[in-house]
Amino acid sequence: MLTSDPLRLTGDEQAMLHGDAGEALQFAMELVVRAATLMGAPRLIETGFLHIDACHYYGRAHVDFARFLVERGIRFDIPAWTNTVPVSLVQSDPRADADPVVLAEARELTDLYVELGARPVWTCAPYQIPGGPVFGDQIVVGESNAVSYFNSVVGARTNKYGDFLDVACGLTKRIPFAGLHTDASRRATVQLDISHLPTELRETEFFCHVLGHLMGKRAGDQVPVITGLPADTPKDSLKAIAAAGAASGGVALFHAVGVTPEAPTLEAATQEKGPQTVVSVGSDDLIAARDSLSTTAGGPIAMVALGTPHFSFTEFARLMPLLDGRKIHSEVTFYISTSRHVAALARERGWVQKLERSGVSVLVDTCTYFSPAVRGCKGRAMTNSAKWAYYAPGMLPVEVAFGSLEDCVESAVRGEVVRDNTVWSGRHWGTVA
Amino acid sequence: MTALDILHCGVARGSVLKLSEPLSFWGGFDPTDGRILDVAHPQAGQSISDKILVLPGSRGSAGTPAGIAEALRLGVGPAAILLLKPDVNITIGAQVAARLYGLAIPVVTMTTSDFSELETGQNVQVSDGMIERSGS
Repeated sequence: MLTSDPLRLTGDEQAMLHGDAGEALQFAMELVVRAATLMGAPRLIETGFLHIDACHYYGRAHVDFARFLVERGIRFDIPAWTNTVPVSLVQSDPRADADPVVLAEARELTDLYVELGARPVWTCAPYQIPGGPVFGDQIVVGESNAVSYFNSVVGARTNKYGDFLDVACGLTKRIPFAGLHTDASRRATVQLDISHLPTELRETEFFCHVLGHLMGKRAGDQVPVITGLPADTPKDSLKAIAAAGAASGGVALFHAVGVTPEAPTLEAATQEKGPQTVVSVGSDDLIAARDSLSTTAGGPIAMVALGTPHFSFTEFARLMPLLDGRKIHSEVTFYISTSRHVAALARERGWVQKLERSGVSVLVDTCTYFSPAVRGCKGRAMTNSAKWAYYAPGMLPVEVAFGSLEDCVESAVRGEVVRDNTVWSGRHWGTVA
Repeated sequence: MTALDILHCGVARGSVLKLSEPLSFWGGFDPTDGRILDVAHPQAGQSISDKILVLPGSRGSAGTPAGIAEALRLGVGPAAILLLKPDVNITIGAQVAARLYGLAIPVVTMTTSDFSELETGQNVQVSDGMIERSGS
């Protein structure tokens, strides 16, 4: 049976379920109650933040759901921020083979969510925008990398919400008290120890992409805790771990001792119980994980894709001196996916203009691995993102070469895969030369 | 056999398609024709349309409820879904299709032994939590 303790609703919640607050809230509450029953939640709790995934068009049902709500005059009255969508809403440059019905309905869906009162940020990295959730907040998020980042790095609490239920929770301002919303489910059970690996390796963002990928493969649906990550690991590297682990293994929460807020110590991360499993991450495992992210070794490239998840302001700041005004090779399409918020900040600094003069396209609202707005997406593509490297070969006619941000820039200028051999050698990764 | 839990009500009759692994209904499935797209899935290429779909559960993406609802809207969804454990994404997809389009399919969970007895091609009727085989 589903649960021994039946779900208990407050008077207000029962009133919503009975339709006292209108048909839209009644439907939304029916979805929340159904989910709560399935999850074995004893009660609902209040939420004050939603990141909407259901705005990402997949078919007419998405549009019909949003229109049902709009026609009943309901609006969000908590912050409800929007995820990426299949097309950029400010740059209209679809591929020749893009279905015009899909493009039109995808845009129609975004209009409906704006009518519902959503904040149109159109980003998979809402944690890069000021004013979002803080430690301890109970929130509703569906985008997998954002689920992991908010849970792990911010210390807010969310399960991985599917489409429709995310919106239903946001409208009713109620979530099932179950899973990662509760203390007990946040306990780390598997320890990934990287402390014996070379320090200079552990300090790189490139390493963090690989570590996240390996973490997903090893942890699966458990909560992992990393020991040995440097205390000053930048937010962009934590984003890399979150995104890669969510893609390869569905990790919705990880801890890193001395880095993430619920893991001041290993004891705290495991809630004083210790890990059930300890994995000592070896150099050979990491090198194998790194190499599994490339489907091609070397040769000419047609594309470079940065910004999965969306490129941050600090990533732009690192990129500028690396490219240093040089021209991208004429055969290479160079895309940076980011949010309109971050793009505006980068434009204020003159960075976007300078990048465009170099031949870089800065794409907002969407992402290169699923957008029909993307040109030149075939042949050999290079990326610094483990998530992009994991998904793109299944969704686009591309072979992928995974590399560091520095490698991606040099490759884009030269038109072929270039890698820094001091970083790619086994010695750098801790194997005996 | 009796359903362990009724996740969503409905009545259906049809032929079983049994999946040996969980399926993502976003990315791994084409909601416009009901076929399994995920090339790594053991039942890749098969159609779930009008089938009594027997599967362990769904996998991955937040888009699964939309994949279910869209397939049902287009008339290429399954006739019923029989699961090993409760699945929020599949159930929410079925519930949205029922509310928006009046297309209610049964979604139930069953015991491991009942699950193992069902085979692809068997004819089955599902109603009020009762699952009856009617020969094959």
